[in-house]
Amino acid sequence: MIAVDGISFTVKEGEMFGFLGPNGAGKTSTMKIIACVSPRTSGAVRVFGMDPDLYPAEIKKRLGVVPQETNLDPDFTCYGNLFTYSRYFDIPPEIAHKKAEELLEFVQLQEKRDVTVEKLSGGMKRRLILARALVNNPDLLILDEPTIGLDPQARHLIWERLKKLQSQGNTIVLTTHYLDEAARLCDRLVIMDNGKILVEGSPADLVKQYVGNEIVEVEKSEDVVSSLIRKNIPFEIIGDTVQIASDSSREVARFLLDHCSPQKVLTRPATLEDVFLKLTGRKLRE
Amino acid sequence: MPPIWSIPSITRRAWKVWYRNLVVFFRTWHVNFFPPLIEAFLYLFAIGMGIGTYVKEIDGIPYVNFIAPAILAISVMNSAFFECTYGSYVRMYYQKSFDAMIATPLSIEDVIAGELLWGATRSVLYVIIMLPVLAVFGVISFPLSLLAIPLAFLGGLMFAGIAMCFTAITPGIDTLNYPSFLLITPMALFSGTFFPLTLLPELLQYIALAFLPLTHLVAIMRMLTLPAMTGLVMLHLAWIILVTAILCTVSINLMRRRLIV
Repeated sequence: MIAVDGISFTVKEGEMFGFLGPNGAGKTSTMKIIACVSPRTSGAVRVFGMDPDLYPAEIKKRLGVVPQETNLDPDFTCYGNLFTYSRYFDIPPEIAHKKAEELLEFVQLQEKRDVTVEKLSGGMKRRLILARALVNNPDLLILDEPTIGLDPQARHLIWERLKKLQSQGNTIVLTTHYLDEAARLCDRLVIMDNGKILVEGSPADLVKQYVGNEIVEVEKSEDVVSSLIRKNIPFEIIGDTVQIASDSSREVARFLLDHCSPQKVLTRPATLEDVFLKLTGRKLRE
Repeated sequence: MPPIWSIPSITRRAWKVWYRNLVVFFRTWHVNFFPPLIEAFLYLFAIGMGIGTYVKEIDGIPYVNFIAPAILAISVMNSAFFECTYGSYVRMYYQKSFDAMIATPLSIEDVIAGELLWGATRSVLYVIIMLPVLAVFGVISFPLSLLAIPLAFLGGLMFAGIAMCFTAITPGIDTLNYPSFLLITPMALFSGTFFPLTLLPELLQYIALAFLPLTHLVAIMRMLTLPAMTGLVMLHLAWIILVTAILCTVSINLMRRRLIV
């Protein structure tokens, strides 16, 4: 099976770069190739100018990885997790100790310092994993679904921390299913599907280029559909709703109100979600 | 994909994985130190004193003295084997510890080598705990029996290698029961442990010597504790070293196949 099929991208120093795509698009595989975990079958990859096949240890020394699955060490406390992980990076104990305390504060887990990780909530575990990814002061941070399954408070805290890390000069690569997260965080992003990159650009540019500025949503009726066809306005039917992407949404809405007297008309700014669904379709994925 | 007999490149970082397991072992020492202690007492009383009352001696050796080295050898086998099957499987599959480790400069080869070294170390620790008990009962002789400690490391590494091969190919944790019941339990009974190998039919004797790793470990252990050293020790040692080298290599390559996709 081909997981990633001839993709090409470059991440600039200091930027936050996103990978979006439905399940099975190849996002995690791409992350694993960058993180020197999965070998590629062909093509060229350079991380910090080095080939992951040849210099995995040198590259991984400078990486911080937040995996999709929680893999904290259940035999240790929060502090113990950070300290033990530092040892794998050859960090001297005094420095590891100081850094662990600092990071517990950074992710607001000082009070849970001596608690075993099994007693933490889902959000706390994700925060601890973020802290763990930072023990070696990484030049590049790789996050695979960093906020999966978190409540809004925890998501906002993680976002804020990521922004802070970026402002301190970290380069960040992340995958996500949450399009608001991508739109909010990423300087640039790609949308992947079936192992290929479909588009690349900044969130705002992609929305403008592929959908337009605004969306009009109106309840579906024969009247609406026939009026739109008569007026030659392109539209899309999604369930009970008709969607019209347009840069002049007010005129479209007025036209519909005047001609079809629909129950409800809504105009809203176009989002990354509209781009995503337009490019990857609405079919459910495995 | 390198072949399963290729020599893996292992760095000194493997000791970091070993050290992680050592720290956890000593932190929960109260649950880890009693099993070998109890095990030594159980064997000595049930088999040594119980059966020993009727058997008295084998080939002129008091029966308890005859089985004392077997108790040590079986403990070496069990501690390394169960550590690197169930223990390693839990860390690999349920705790995802290996995934976390290979996101650092550690390679998968380092991680598995560290697990194997730890399995062997656990055997050493168990022998260190059991030796004083056997000494108190006066069933082993010193100072030669002290060599059981380095021997435990070598024997432990062999059984860790066997275990890790099964861990690498097992579909789930339940199927690890097969090697324990079909290999480890019979081996504990038929490797010259509680009765001499010479009581078996000749063909079975050869099979035991050729294929049952415990046979060689028990033989050397017995030479040390009776003591009854002969030149045959070199043959047994050579067998163990060769098999250990092969199994550890194969197990690391099999684990890489399982984990690196």
